Amino acid sequence: MTELETLKSALLAEIAGAGDEAAIEAVRVSALGKKGSVSELLKTLGSMTPEERQTRGAAINALKNEITDAITERRTVLKDAAIDARLKAETLDVSLPVRSSPAERGRIHPISQIIDEITAVFADMGFSIAEGPDVETDYYNFTALNFPEGHPAREMHDTFFFQADEKGERKVLRTHTSPVQVRTMEAQDPPIRIVIPGKTYRQDSDATHSPMFHQVEGLVIDKKSNVGNMRWVLEEFCKAFFEVPSVTMRFRPSFFPFTEPSFEVDIQCDRSGPIVKFGEGTDWMEILGCGMVHPNVLRSGGLDPDEYQGFAWGMGLDRIAMLKYGMPDLRDFFNADVRWMNHYGFRPLDMPTLFGGLSQ
Amino acid sequence: MKFTLSWLKDHLETDATLDQICERLTAIGLEVEDVDDKAAYKPFVIAKILTAEQHPEADRLRVLSVDAGPDVNGGKPLQIVCGAPNARAGLIGALARPGDYVPGLDVTLGVGKIRGVESHGMMCSEKELNMSDEHNGIIDLPENAPVGTSFAAYAGLDDPMIEINLTPNRPDCTSIYGIARDLAASGLGTLKVSSAPALKLEGETTVGLTIDLDDEKLCPGFGLRLVRGVKNGPSPAWMQTRLKAIGLRPINALVDITNYMTFDQGRPMHVFDAAKVKGDLTVRRAKEGETVLALDTREYKLGPNNVVIADENGVESIGGIMGGEHSGCDENTVDVLIESALWDPINIAKSGRTLGIITDARYRFERGVDPEYMVPGLDRTTQLVLDLCGGTPAKEKIVGYKGYEAKTVDFPFSEVKRLTGLEVSIDESREILTRLGFTVEGSGERVSVKIPSWRPDVDGKADLVEEVMRIHGVDNIKPEPLENLGTVNGKILTTLQIRTRTAKRALASRGMLEAVTWSFIPEDQAKLFGGGSPALKLANPIAADMSDMRPSLLPGLLTAAQRNADKGFGDVAIFEVSGTYENDTPEGQRRVAGGIRRGTASINGAGRMWSNATKGGGKPVDVYDAKADALAVIEACGLPMGNVQIEQGGPSWYHPGRSGTIKMGPKVILGTFGEFHPKTMAALDVSGALAGFEIYLDAMPEPKKKATRTKPGLDLSPFQVVKRDFAFVVGSQVEAGAIVKAATSADRKLITGVNVFDVFEGASLGEGKKSIAIEVLIQPVDKTLTDEDFEALTGKIVANVEKTTGGVLRA
Repeated sequence: MTELETLKSALLAEIAGAGDEAAIEAVRVSALGKKGSVSELLKTLGSMTPEERQTRGAAINALKNEITDAITERRTVLKDAAIDARLKAETLDVSLPVRSSPAERGRIHPISQIIDEITAVFADMGFSIAEGPDVETDYYNFTALNFPEGHPAREMHDTFFFQADEKGERKVLRTHTSPVQVRTMEAQDPPIRIVIPGKTYRQDSDATHSPMFHQVEGLVIDKKSNVGNMRWVLEEFCKAFFEVPSVTMRFRPSFFPFTEPSFEVDIQCDRSGPIVKFGEGTDWMEILGCGMVHPNVLRSGGLDPDEYQGFAWGMGLDRIAMLKYGMPDLRDFFNADVRWMNHYGFRPLDMPTLFGGLSQ
Repeated sequence: MKFTLSWLKDHLETDATLDQICERLTAIGLEVEDVDDKAAYKPFVIAKILTAEQHPEADRLRVLSVDAGPDVNGGKPLQIVCGAPNARAGLIGALARPGDYVPGLDVTLGVGKIRGVESHGMMCSEKELNMSDEHNGIIDLPENAPVGTSFAAYAGLDDPMIEINLTPNRPDCTSIYGIARDLAASGLGTLKVSSAPALKLEGETTVGLTIDLDDEKLCPGFGLRLVRGVKNGPSPAWMQTRLKAIGLRPINALVDITNYMTFDQGRPMHVFDAAKVKGDLTVRRAKEGETVLALDTREYKLGPNNVVIADENGVESIGGIMGGEHSGCDENTVDVLIESALWDPINIAKSGRTLGIITDARYRFERGVDPEYMVPGLDRTTQLVLDLCGGTPAKEKIVGYKGYEAKTVDFPFSEVKRLTGLEVSIDESREILTRLGFTVEGSGERVSVKIPSWRPDVDGKADLVEEVMRIHGVDNIKPEPLENLGTVNGKILTTLQIRTRTAKRALASRGMLEAVTWSFIPEDQAKLFGGGSPALKLANPIAADMSDMRPSLLPGLLTAAQRNADKGFGDVAIFEVSGTYENDTPEGQRRVAGGIRRGTASINGAGRMWSNATKGGGKPVDVYDAKADALAVIEACGLPMGNVQIEQGGPSWYHPGRSGTIKMGPKVILGTFGEFHPKTMAALDVSGALAGFEIYLDAMPEPKKKATRTKPGLDLSPFQVVKRDFAFVVGSQVEAGAIVKAATSADRKLITGVNVFDVFEGASLGEGKKSIAIEVLIQPVDKTLTDEDFEALTGKIVANVEKTTGGVLRA
């Protein structure tokens, strides 16, 4: 073995044995540094004869290239190994849980969600939303709505009353959202198309009655809207709200003091299972009351019943929420039980729209 | 209102089936609530016990041999084991066979083996057939009962029963006759009109009768007739069967007749035993404290608002509601006084309600009884008395009745189309009204319609439209699209409605659950939160702790959180956006967004978490959690936050040192937030870490109207933002907000932000001192700042802070 070959195998062994980047650097310095073993050999080239240079010179250069390449290669391997080692050391347990987003944890009460759903549907039909106070006068709650004196609803058993004032007048907690009909007629000229969601109060308490509950009421006043238009509005609403392609509704003549003619409306459904299904089945379920606004109510609102006409309807908000989403007991709506709110509530970003659907 | 099919057919000639009748009733506004077609009674047959032998194994049982006619068991007798004490050879009763459903037992029979003896059916008691509560023995029919035929047909149990849910405006349909009239008008048959009875009257009704009332409408008519020499006993079977079918208990013929008239004609009647009436009858107001023992054997204490019929004994009857026990008719009655009177609906309703009496008479009088039928009803009742009890009728006494003056409505037939959209010909409209008993005068499109005496509910054109519509058929009205407004609907919500909605979504997005709690709360809680005024106190709360309109959402939310905590859910973040009540005017109803957090329920989540700074347990919520929620509502509602100021301290229910008030300008209070006063928590009986807030959405000013939707141009500085930190030592009472404000005002152009990043209190600073560290963001606008520029600015910041807070730069 020549002297060059001995050096080469010694250097290659050192390169292979270098355990980290510092060791490989030391090898480089010892071989290719200013006073390195290979550098020293290169320095001898100048004193060689041309013949010598052609053979031995070439061999020395070849050695230099070979060692340089081996060092680069080894260095890359060591660098990668170092990165691998670091990454390995940095490994975390990604199965550890993270916090859910607050928006995922929050909930909107079904009543608020339903009001948004109703708003979306009626906005499309040209309605706006009207509201009124919970504490009402006897006039707006009864008199203006054509409740005769002595009507049972005016008496204690149904209505919440406040103490009489010095004039003997006692305010009430509104028993329905209908007072807003007259308040709106007083404030706004026809045409009127409004929907009135809100809290209402009656002395009642069981699984389907609560002393506080919610109603949604609608009112259309113009010079031509009739029962046929009312049918259309209500059928379109029920289809859109219950998200079914068709509904069959039955209008039965009925009685309310503030409408004439008056109707109760049943919706055809399937009640055979635990959940009521609309758009199928052979059962009827009462869902709302409606009618043409009574002439006396139009007069209360300052309108001439021979010139203006229109219709109104009302239904239980909590009730349609229960029908659509299946809560079994109305009283739970007002208990603020976090388990109930989590289960029946809606995610804050699930906003009912017509373009995105009322419910997800 | 209940009636049977055969009873209806007394007044209606029709071939319609039960189903057709029910469907039509609902369609014309007489909603069928319940139908019993009596199919349940079909299986039972009349059977005769041939022999009754002692059961070999049981003292109380007998083994019967029962003949149920040629169609049962091939005409051979059945063996039945029976335990009834009255089971005996020769008894004729009702048989249920294997396979039959026995309604009173809720059992379908099979072939049984009782103590070793087979039993092929059962002889039923009335209770077992749901006929009555009688269960002392099996049904025992007269000897002539036809063995082998349907028991239901024999006992009149096969007559279908219909119950309608009558709306309060239809007094005319509190009578079966009236229901028949409505059905006939709708084309389902022909109304049978019975002629007035021809009574042979003898002598006078000798009892004196006066109406002594200050208000004549309380009793607008009173008819009385004496019938002498009657024989009162049980009423005939047909009448008893009908009364029982609608749930009435037969008493005696005279009483049963009055009940029969009540349902048949909607004409409540009363009968007095003339022998028990002392002196003359007077219709008058009861005296304060006067009492009467009524027919329900209860004693009622009366007052001047109750109108009574009295004699020298005192009150004999509560007019239009219930008769008195004392002068009631029994089997010894010989001379009977029949009353047919009119009463004021409102007074009857009030009287009945205050006395707590619900009767069929009250039901009709409070809706309005046909005044024109007062006298004919008296005659018809007299005839029934004569038919069932015999006797001699005297000439009636009629007092106070002034006759009926028909209301007249000017009616253009075009109203039907205008209000309903229905095309009904004038001829048909006319005919419908006429069939219902209206008198249509005049011809052509505009007529004059006279209202019959039995329809007090009909008052104007719209009522007549309803009559035509319901009889013509509501189903004929086709849905018609509402007129399109011809434009895209604009913004349909008011600012307050939008803010209400936004506040809910914003708070829910912060991990809070939306609650809806009661508008009324206990008085002590209302007072604790600044409410409890007499004007907002319910006169008749449904429960003592739901008495006062809430002045704040917080008590309801705090107690709700405690209820959840008591169930093991202590980390609760809930909110409500709803009304609170300052006074009883519409303006006094505020719109408030309120919320609370309890335990460790911060925005990032509740409870322990490996990644938390405090891994041992979540950090309890505090005033800053509540402040962040409160400000989030204001931000979400779009208010310019630069105009919002925070003042130390809130209303009395908060912790005075850990609460704040949010204002906009000197006057507008946007809300409050904080931890709660220990006394508030003790009074509400709530515990734990609690922090809450309320934001008054209705106090927020309307957004400024903008001339353009275009946003102002954005001027982006090319120079690097510079951050400089300062720490000031100030008195511990100094608010960090004051330092931020002082630093910001040093140069409003260059300083674009000031953040508090550390607050430190320690002995090294000295007693009553704290250090507040701020980071100031400086944005050079037109040139890079030099060291001199920075020095000048820094000096100004330090000087400003020192001037306003006394703070010195920390060494």
